[in-house]
Amino acid sequence: MKNLFNALVIVLFAVLGLTLIWVILELQPPTHVHLSKQVLTQLDASGVTHPVTAVLLNFRGYDTLLEVMVLLLALLGVLAQIGKREQRNLSAWFRLSQPYLQVLLWLVRMIVPLMVLVAGYLLWVGGHQPGGAFQAGAVLAAAGVLLNLSGVLPSWAEPAWNLRTGLVFGLLVFLLVAAAVMVVASPGLLLQYPPASAGMLILLIEMGLTLSLGLILAGLFLFLSGDAIEDEAEK
Amino acid sequence: MSNLVLDLLLVIALLWSALRSLMTPNLFHAVVLFIVFGLLMAIVWVRLHAPDIALAEAAIGAGLSGALLLDTVGYLHKKQRESLS
Repeated sequence: MKNLFNALVIVLFAVLGLTLIWVILELQPPTHVHLSKQVLTQLDASGVTHPVTAVLLNFRGYDTLLEVMVLLLALLGVLAQIGKREQRNLSAWFRLSQPYLQVLLWLVRMIVPLMVLVAGYLLWVGGHQPGGAFQAGAVLAAAGVLLNLSGVLPSWAEPAWNLRTGLVFGLLVFLLVAAAVMVVASPGLLLQYPPASAGMLILLIEMGLTLSLGLILAGLFLFLSGDAIEDEAEK
Repeated sequence: MSNLVLDLLLVIALLWSALRSLMTPNLFHAVVLFIVFGLLMAIVWVRLHAPDIALAEAAIGAGLSGALLLDTVGYLHKKQRESLS
């Protein structure tokens, strides 16, 4: 019976897979929409010279705005789920008693400043080459995870007001810029930067986003890395 | 020609790591293979001339997700030990 069921599942998924492959092969590339051409002709007005950044933060800015909100919501979901946690940290005596951890600590102390530098570079380079706030934020977050794993940075418990501010800072900057642009430059239009100051505004938003995305992505790890304090009632 | 060979090797390694990651009964192996898969995927994105996605894949797909999954595996192992003792 079970074998029959397995065979049925395999056959069904094989059919599904083959249909998908067939559909992709049959799919005609759209002939009347030339998105990349449109982007390239409008690139001068976007304030940046890298087409991907131009799309993400200028032409489809609201998309990115919502994306940041989704990430923030994901973190809020985690915070709502985890409950009370004990801060876990490799204690100082453990770190000092294990010679091999000295190597790790030394490496982390060398690498983390470099990672911050790389994040800054990625942020800056996003204007004209592959890079940008998401990648820079991810590198910052990775630095945070590394610090936590090597025991330098304790895991996060309840976010204090400064951490909360940091988590929403990028979104706030984004919304403020959007509101200011909507009132001052192009009334009634969302995120239509005036071409003259677009580059500066995008950099401003990306700086805020880098900080907040770094904190949010690191938070996904650091809030969870504490040890759960189990309720006595549950046991 | 050498590009074609490289691409073929990449595709084979990608599919292999994906399959192994799904098939292996050991959770730790599965997570490590998932990270390997993410890194290979990043190289594939570079080969497809999409360095932006490659950066994001390497940092978030392989790095952060991998770290989270490893943390989860560690937590599960701890639970298991506690329930055994």
